[in-house]
Amino acid sequence: MIPPPKPAKTPMLLRAVRIVGFAVLFGIALSVVRQQNLWYSILYSVCIGLICWVCIDFGRLALARVLAKNAGGTQDTEWPGWPWMIVVVVLGSIIGYSTGTILGDWLTGERSSNLLSAGSLRESLSLLLFALVPAIVVTYFFYSRGALAERESVAEAAQRQAAESRLKLLEAQLEPHMLFNTLANLRVLIALDPARAQTMLDQLIAFLRATLGASRVAGHSLRAEFDRLADYLALVQVRMADRLTVNFALPEALADVQVPPLLLQPLVENCVKHGLEAAIAGGRIEIAAAREGNELLLRVRDTGVGLVGASPNGESVGEGGEASGEHAAARFGLAQVRERLATLYGTRASLSLGAAPDAEGGTLAVVRLPLAKQ
Amino acid sequence: MSPPGATALIAEDEPLLAMSLQAELAILWPELRVLAQVGHGEAAVAQALALRPDLVFLDIRMPGLGGIEAAQAIGEDWPDDQNLPLLVFVTAYDQYALQAFEHAAIDYVLKPVRPDRLAKTCARLQAVLAARDAAHAPDSIESALGQLRSLLAATGIAAPATPPLTVIQASVGATIHMVPIADVLYFEASDKYIRVMTAAREYLIRISLRQLLAQLDPRIYWQIHRGTVVRSDAVAAALRDESGRVQLKLRERPELLSVSRLYAHLFKPM
Repeated sequence: MIPPPKPAKTPMLLRAVRIVGFAVLFGIALSVVRQQNLWYSILYSVCIGLICWVCIDFGRLALARVLAKNAGGTQDTEWPGWPWMIVVVVLGSIIGYSTGTILGDWLTGERSSNLLSAGSLRESLSLLLFALVPAIVVTYFFYSRGALAERESVAEAAQRQAAESRLKLLEAQLEPHMLFNTLANLRVLIALDPARAQTMLDQLIAFLRATLGASRVAGHSLRAEFDRLADYLALVQVRMADRLTVNFALPEALADVQVPPLLLQPLVENCVKHGLEAAIAGGRIEIAAAREGNELLLRVRDTGVGLVGASPNGESVGEGGEASGEHAAARFGLAQVRERLATLYGTRASLSLGAAPDAEGGTLAVVRLPLAKQ
Repeated sequence: MSPPGATALIAEDEPLLAMSLQAELAILWPELRVLAQVGHGEAAVAQALALRPDLVFLDIRMPGLGGIEAAQAIGEDWPDDQNLPLLVFVTAYDQYALQAFEHAAIDYVLKPVRPDRLAKTCARLQAVLAARDAAHAPDSIESALGQLRSLLAATGIAAPATPPLTVIQASVGATIHMVPIADVLYFEASDKYIRVMTAAREYLIRISLRQLLAQLDPRIYWQIHRGTVVRSDAVAAALRDESGRVQLKLRERPELLSVSRLYAHLFKPM
């Protein structure tokens, strides 16, 4: 999941230092333009700048929090939006200019014209401009820096997430436990039954090739899908021997239908890992394709130990009822199938998982895909 | 060098791998007698207790009980007057378990089994058996139990932590009962279910004890047996009999709960 974007948080102190620096520059510039005493100009500029900043920055945070709270927490808690922000900047500038001038007067013992004590409205406004223009510029400066950093962090998070999910996918597909056990069996067979070892190696190669290539091919025929599943299950069968029986049912009419490669692989793996490997007597896996109206129905069922979290009287409480991290891998497999279906078909495809409805027990997963119109 | 007549039990669910381990052992340790070869955890426990081998090779992932649970059951039910068998775990790939073995200094072998690595393990096992035979050390059982305890603790820690449960959702017919966790006096595993015992009645939930334990606060809920977890403040007294077995008397229920030897050390005066 991508974490909600956060504006870049420059530490307050650093921001204050920047404001002072900006105010000093502004003071120098002003003293040159208006032919005033340099030190006084800088002092006033810093006083006004700092107070403006305190009013605007804290006003922004307070307002954003209040707005976010009223909006039920769905809003940004750091940025209230430009319309409100303009109000904050104008008010902050007025307060900052007035109190900054008073502070400057108090420090220097001078008496300079203030917004309120100015002779005319025109004079007040022109004084205000001195505070307002830099305030807007500085606010915009901080805002655009924050927005840039935010965009960067969102892009970075998305990239990290994509890399993570690719890695997780590969790890799930090349499940190390399965791989090392298969290699251990292969090692034994080489000495014992070289011909069978070769067959097993061929199946492993086909499985690895299909797994590593699955992300690069858009689709393959249902026949190819069933063949790859058969390779995988043949490898499992070497390990489980007579504890595993496999049934495939692929009607000839559906054999050439295109499906996303290895779509069913995680479902079959779940049958093996969570259904049958855990059952002392083992069991059966059935993989079947059927047509229902304009939909392709793919069923993967096992006669294993069933879903954890199902209640004693048999009804399933669904995958959400799974109790701990133990089945995180199974959940990840299911999530991966759902995600692929959603990306490729939107709401026209679905995956449902539940307890198998007959007396043999185990689990049944059903994938529905739209069939292309003939 | 090797002690005469050493015996072993192999628990491995993949027939080819079990066969190969036995063949490798026959080459590296010809005097070792493999008493039986079993394919799941329950059989490993039953055969170990029946045949009393010196060594047990345990696959981590087996149908039914896994290797670590089987080791726990063997440790709990092994007779007091005999040395516990030396345990060697066999695993294809399991980072958590490997950490736990290192932590508890318990032997393990990786699949595919490499002869040179297995030879080292055999040499170590032979040395331990020889030392044990020579010394008749009375504390060897206690040290073996200590090893098992630290293995169980380490595998418990390695499990991913989940936030503690506050209510137990138990279905009775079509109703889901919400049982506050504070009402539960103890949990008892039975077959596929766990019995959830409150003062007034019991509920069944379908979850493994291991999964449940990961969601209980270990300071409050104490495992006292491979199949029992008790709320520590529901215990009124711990009674120790002449043979050293500990039983717990509860405040709000009449039955006594047995504490296995692996957990008896929890009940000591402060």
